[in-house]
Amino acid sequence: MINLFSLKQKQKEAADGTGGRVPVKKQSAGELRVQKDISELNLSKTTFISFPNGKDDLLNFEITIRPDEGYYMGGTFVFSFKISPIYPHEAPKVKCKTKVYHPNIDLEGNVCLNILREDWKPVLSINSIIYGLQYLFLDPNPDDPLNQEAADVLKDHPKQFESNVKRSMAVKNIRKFATY
Amino acid sequence: MDMQGRWEDIDHLLLRQGTLVGPEFEPCAELRESLHNDLRVLVIGAGGLGCELLKDLALSGFGNIDVIDMDTIDVSNLNRQFLFRMHDVGKPKAVVAAEKVMQRVKGVKVVPHYGRIEEKDDEFYRQFQIIALGLDSLEARSYINSVVCSFLEYEADGSPALPTIIPMVDGGTEGFKGHARVIIPGVTPCFYCTLGLFPPQVTYPLCTLAETPRSPAHCIEYVHLIQWGQERPGDSFDADNPEHMKWIFDKAFKRAEQFKIAGVTYSLTQGVVKNIIPAIASTNAIISAACALETLKIATMCCRSMDNYMMYMGTQGVYTHTLSHEKDPNCLVCSPGVPFEVDSSISLQKFIELLLEDPQFKDKLSKPSISYQKRNLYMQAPPVLEEMTRPHLNSPLFELMEKAGGTLNVNDKKLTGILRVNVSFRGHNDTVMDMDTAGGG
Ligand SMILES: [Zn+2]
Repeated sequence: MINLFSLKQKQKEAADGTGGRVPVKKQSAGELRVQKDISELNLSKTTFISFPNGKDDLLNFEITIRPDEGYYMGGTFVFSFKISPIYPHEAPKVKCKTKVYHPNIDLEGNVCLNILREDWKPVLSINSIIYGLQYLFLDPNPDDPLNQEAADVLKDHPKQFESNVKRSMAVKNIRKFATY
Repeated sequence: MDMQGRWEDIDHLLLRQGTLVGPEFEPCAELRESLHNDLRVLVIGAGGLGCELLKDLALSGFGNIDVIDMDTIDVSNLNRQFLFRMHDVGKPKAVVAAEKVMQRVKGVKVVPHYGRIEEKDDEFYRQFQIIALGLDSLEARSYINSVVCSFLEYEADGSPALPTIIPMVDGGTEGFKGHARVIIPGVTPCFYCTLGLFPPQVTYPLCTLAETPRSPAHCIEYVHLIQWGQERPGDSFDADNPEHMKWIFDKAFKRAEQFKIAGVTYSLTQGVVKNIIPAIASTNAIISAACALETLKIATMCCRSMDNYMMYMGTQGVYTHTLSHEKDPNCLVCSPGVPFEVDSSISLQKFIELLLEDPQFKDKLSKPSISYQKRNLYMQAPPVLEEMTRPHLNSPLFELMEKAGGTLNVNDKKLTGILRVNVSFRGHNDTVMDMDTAGGG
């Protein structure tokens, strides 16, 4: 493999030439895989994707969900996705950028979705996470709460929950970062 | 300068024939001289494994060693990172390790590099004949793997071109368990081929952390992932900042009291947040010794290399097992890709049409997306990316590939992985390329 005696010669040749080499830009394993995921995205009409850093940075993007049914109908929810260089070995980091009154999303934007953490597997994809997020808006789950108060209201007073959601979305539309 | 008998043991390996020697091994004294004078090895990491590796390599006769590490010495390192002393705390590991090894092993030259592996360019890594890894992170391994595999070129017959290969020897430990492996890009599996061998990180459901913590780790993770953002919004958490770590510990301790959970300590907090598994000095020593020996074998061919992965378990007695993992023929990082020669005048659009017509691809592709290095040349979906990349369709592929042949990544719904296509341009060899570049500037 390495012939020690030819090393001297090789080192000399290396010193002589190849001064103006352009460094090759390495794609991390994560970039390669996310490229595949994204080129195969299957977005429903209620979901949109955008790339704040342009077409060549697929490691950071935003998914916007506009539910057309359920408690959250009419709302607009933006999620930031951050893909690790060792994706899919590690799940993407997903945060909700929109303040939302939701049992499984806290006010800091942390999202309780099993496939984002304990149930993530490399065979899952960006598509799977988007389905999961869409599902959270159709069927908020009061049994896995991140916002305990919202979960309690949903469990005990669904009507009240519905009107809280509506009110929170209306408030949000007037003043983006208002709390409620 | 050498005391008598200093190299006696190494000479047993280098001056004698044997049945286990590698291909083209010729026993002779020059091997040792060349090992000392000409060969250059890079050690990545100067922590638990790195200290051992540097010492082992220097004592085995390697004369030119470089070491790179971005960390400074912490007091908690001193129990096993034996090159460091109390008065070294706060200094760069690479610098102190290099000094200490040079003091103790006469005649060896160790060049330290205090910084991140990502800050070094290709030319830096190309200087070395072998790279030994003493790392604790999958990200760092994965990065260096993609750098070293990107040097790999293949001959026309599909075999890896020997001068483009830089072998890597990798060690890793977790408590009483460890592994040593030899990665010869193009010959044995690379990290990416066998990424599944690494256990996934332990993660806890966020809702459990928030509502029903049951262990000290749950309390720590809650403070780390949720409470930090609530109470210190806009302040980004830095695991290497002691004040940040102390804050997490204090809050986790309070939370644990509240839920009547015992066992939150500062070192556990560090362990959970930084995902550290306790390091055992003896495991590091055993794994490093295996790695140093493999490095010596590759350098001198005095013995055939390990094929290709050794696992070690020290939990109950001492157990090792060596197994030969297989290369992934379609690996995104180390596979040769399919050669494809095209005319240098064709547009990207035309190239895609040619791919779809070509008998070797047409059954595998329907709507291929194409990327080159870090640039997305054409993405079929989603619409927003399609629109952004559409203007490239009319550009000549030759220009898009910076007037050089290379590997394009092709994505398609019909493919399970990524198809690597090695494009070369008819009538453009390297000399022509250089002239073109000179003239075009
Ligand atoms: Zn590979």
